[in-house]
Order: sequence, then structure tokens, then C-alpha cells
Amino acid sequence: MPSERRRVELPTSESAAVRMLLIAIAVLFFGLFLVLPLVLVFAEALRGGAAGFVKAIVDPEAQAAIHLTLLIAAISVPANMIFGIAAAWAIAKHDFKGKSFVITLIDLPFSVSPVVAGLVYVLLFGAQGYFGSWLSAHGIEIIFAVPGIVLATIFVTFPFVARELIPLMQEQGTGDEEAALSLGASGFKTFWYVTLPNVKWALLYGVLLCNARAMGEFGAVAVVSGKIRGLTNTMPLHVEILYNEYAFTAAFAVASLLALLALFTLAVKALLEWRYGDQIAAGSGRH
Amino acid sequence: MRFFSFIAGPTVAALAAGFLAGLAVPAVAQTRLLNVSYDPTRELYRDYNAAFIAHWKQKTGRTIAVRQSHGGSGAQARAVIDGLEADIVTLALEADIDAIAERSGKLPADWKSRLPNNSSPYTSTIVFLVRKGNPKAIKDWDDLVKPGIVVITPNPKTSGGARWNVLAALAWAKDKYGDDEARATDLLRQLFANVPVLDTGARGSTTTFVQRRIGDVLLAWENEAFLALNELGPDKFEVVAPTVSITAEPPVALVDDNAEKHKMTEVAQAYLEYLYSADGQRIAAKHYYRPSKPELANPEDLKRFPVLKLATIEDFGGWKAAQPKYFGDGGVFDQIFRPK
Repeated sequence: MPSERRRVELPTSESAAVRMLLIAIAVLFFGLFLVLPLVLVFAEALRGGAAGFVKAIVDPEAQAAIHLTLLIAAISVPANMIFGIAAAWAIAKHDFKGKSFVITLIDLPFSVSPVVAGLVYVLLFGAQGYFGSWLSAHGIEIIFAVPGIVLATIFVTFPFVARELIPLMQEQGTGDEEAALSLGASGFKTFWYVTLPNVKWALLYGVLLCNARAMGEFGAVAVVSGKIRGLTNTMPLHVEILYNEYAFTAAFAVASLLALLALFTLAVKALLEWRYGDQIAAGSGRH
Repeated sequence: MRFFSFIAGPTVAALAAGFLAGLAVPAVAQTRLLNVSYDPTRELYRDYNAAFIAHWKQKTGRTIAVRQSHGGSGAQARAVIDGLEADIVTLALEADIDAIAERSGKLPADWKSRLPNNSSPYTSTIVFLVRKGNPKAIKDWDDLVKPGIVVITPNPKTSGGARWNVLAALAWAKDKYGDDEARATDLLRQLFANVPVLDTGARGSTTTFVQRRIGDVLLAWENEAFLALNELGPDKFEVVAPTVSITAEPPVALVDDNAEKHKMTEVAQAYLEYLYSADGQRIAAKHYYRPSKPELANPEDLKRFPVLKLATIEDFGGWKAAQPKYFGDGGVFDQIFRPK
């Protein structure tokens, strides 16, 4: 890589004092804004002892919230994985009119406030919304039920997978696919054995990020959930409810579980990087 | 092929986890009542639901579950209008249930006359919560307008509780100055000049006062003030009753269409009526709501309620007149409040 080489030829010329200062600032910021809050969440959660922590987690309403959050992630992450691959493949490997417009559209959920996203679904599927009367006549519940929460979550996590894949796929070009096709592989075989393996690391990062956001989303879900305890309350909503009930230890217990899930996601990512580091360095594990 | 196991493994695991979670959720499905309520009633209905479930089991042999949803009263009404399928609503303001009747048509406009006491099984009032020892010596409404006093109240534009706060202050002014509306408006202007932050809901203001330690006095629901006192320690706060306040009537109602759809009309109706029973009244008083039939409640609980002179919403011509006059766009509140 060119940047690597340059660093060898031109070592940084700053004095030791400047370097120390910059490192100190970075460490201070890191500690103050990332590590300290995380530590505090766990400290507050364990303030009432391990028994209080366990009690907050095994509470039926907390259990229902944990189930629901995992269910939402289990539906929305695969859905966005499939969409992300399809969109990236169409954009990176094919030319069509309005391509840049589609890329902008994919980014929309990043720029639209999650609250707006939630309200749009209420406007569409709510009882007074455009499809409201038709839905209620057919006994279909979307808003204030699990489907609405899934829709809102899919909306806000829409770009994660596609955004990871598109730049990589564009950079890789279509050479490998052309080679496979010219050797007689079918379109699907080419996609499955050539295109996908080339991007598997980027795909994994996208899925992990998508998963973390799907479990942690608050704003959009708050609008469409109806906050029915034990039924449509996700973990982030449950944390807020407990906090507002002065159940601070329980609130932080559930919050720390949410943080643990996020840390677990990061750990999986780090583990895979360590295990398959050589493949990643070798350009996304080419065959 | 390695790629297949690489990506399919986690996907299958995730789908399996989702499937199991999905199985676990319907497993609790049973006859289920949904009570959509406002913020400060969380603790009250947790107790009451347990009592009603036991009562219903004893009476009919059937086991039911009651689901709760809590939020700002106006926001909860909006959710029911948008399709949240509440069998019953227990909100802070009559106007919120009126809005549901008007916009969704799921209950008749005369819902208020279907249960005793204007459909309010319990009432509450507005009191002051101050720091322990009352260091600023706050006793009554005119102490709130003194320079240097920091008052915490939610926003009357969004919070039902805050509207009661404003009306309670006006009730005191009426008692003191008679019908001199200019002096009453002056009192409000000075009072809100002492308010540094307007939260959107009652629970948010309580958190601002007790957790973030902002302000000298919190204008709060009586039940909310006592709850904060109990939950966070009587060594930190005191409840002060002003000489005059207002009776707030948080109403309850059956949402006919939803209950019928769920075939829950009978049990939903019983749930509301049971609020007026000895059990219901006792539980309300225990959670610092003033029971509509005090003779049914525990006398020990009743002793905790301070004695004060109480106006009612009828003194302001009812909500239909008071709402637009004081809280509508361009109303009294808009004229006196200048955000800092």
C-alpha cells in the first residue's frame, strides 16, 4: 500500500513532546467519553449486588423485552443482509440510469431522524393512516405490534450492509466474474463462488454493525411500539421505563446487558480479524 | 463451499434464536386486557392489576392478564387514535379521552357519565415538593414569584399535570384577589419567569428536580410528590401544601370498539367498576390518590393527605372553556411565557 511505504520514507518529524501531548489528549478523550460511561453503567448495575442484577434480568417484563429485541434483530438483520447484497451487487457490477440516485436513497435512513421514520409508518399504517382502515378490516396489526417495530428497525438499519459492500465491490470491478462466466459458470454459480467470497469480510462487518444498531434503536421504535409492557417493549425502551420508575439499579442492569451484547459483537469482530487476519490483509480473502 | 458455512452458520443460528424467541412470546398469550395510562400511575396499576386478576379469578374462575402502557397523557391518547388497541384508557385529562371519542369514534361522546364521579374513581391535587428543611421557606403560591426562587414544572402545552399546576395557581389568585384577572395573569407571568426549564411530562420534571437537583420547588401531582419522597428518601425532600389548590380528576373509560373486537367488554367493564370497590379505593389511597369514596379506604392512608382548600375545573367554566382560554394558541399561557 502506498501510504505504508511513505511512512517508512518520511518518519513523523514532530518532537517527542508534541507526540506525547497528542497521545495524552487521545487517551483522555477515549477514557472520558467511551470507557468511563461504560464502566459507570456496569458499576451502577452492580450497585445492588449480583442478586439485584439477576432479579432485574429475570423479571418477566425484562425477559419479554430481551426476547423481543433478539427477535427483531433476527428478522431485520437477515432481511437487510439480503437487501444489502442485492443492492451492492446491482450498483457495483452493473450500469444503469439513476445509479447515483439509488445510492443517495440508500443513505436516506442515515440522514432522516429516526423519529420521522417512525412517524411515517404511523402515517401509513396507523388507524387514521392511508392503509389503516383496510388493515383493520382485514385484522392485520402493524403499528403498535411486532411488524411495525421490525419495519422501523429495518428502515434505520437499511444502509449498513450496502454501505460496506458498495465501495469494495466497485473497487474489485467485474474481472473475476467475467473470467468465471467465460469458463462456463452459470450466473448464480458466479455470484455464489466468486462475488460473495470476495466481499465476505465487508459483509460481516456490515452485518455486525447492522445487528448492533438493530438491537439498540430507540427513537423510531419508540414511536411505533405503543410501549405495551411484556409485549411491544424492546430493551432500550425498557431501560427508559425502569429509569423513570426510579428503578435505577434495574435500569442499569438491563442497560449493561445491552452494552454486553454490543461488546460481544465487537469481540466477535476482533476474534475473526485475529483468526483470519492474513486473509483480510490479502484483499478480502481472494481464492 | 467454505463460504457457505461461514455465512450460513450465523444466519441459521440467528433465525433459530428468533424462532425460539417467537415461540416464547405467544406462549404467554391468554385473555389479555390492555390498559393505556399516563405516566404517574405505573405503581398504582401494578398493585391494582394484581388485585383485580385475583378478584376475577375468584369470581369467574378465569385467569386473565393485564398489560400496561404508560406515557404522557396526550401522547397516549394520540397512540390510541392511531390504532393502539386499548380496551381501557386511564388518562390525566378529560380532554384526552374526548379527543379519542371525537377522532376515532371508538367510544361514545358521553363516556364521562357512564361511571360514578365523572368517571374519576380517584382524584389528586397539586402540591409543592421542596428540598429538606425547606431552605427557601416556601409556603404558598406567592412565595414562588419571589426573586431567586427556581420553580420546576413541565410544559402546560404538552403536559396534563402542568395545566393543573397553572390552574391551581389561578385558583389561589382567585381566592386572594377575587375576579381581578390582571393580577392573576401577573402572578403567572412572574411565576414562569422563575422557571428555567420546561420538561414535556410530569415524570421528566420530577427527574429534573430530584435526580439532576435543579430548582428549589417542584410543582407536582400530590401522588407524584409522595412517591418521590418515598422512593428517594424523606431525608432529602418535603411536601408542602399551599393554602389553595385544585382537584384534578383523572378519568377512566372503556374503549367500546376495541373491547368488543377483543371480546373483552365484560371483563373491561368489571375492571373499571372494581376501581370503585373497597379494594380499588384502598389501593388508590395507598398510592396517594385521593379516593372518591374515602370511607372505603384505610383511615391511616387518608391521614397522609394534607388539608387544603380545593377549587375545581368547574370554577374555570370546565375544560371546554379553560383549555382554549389558557392553553390554546395565543391563549394566556402564550402571552405570559417568554422562553429564555
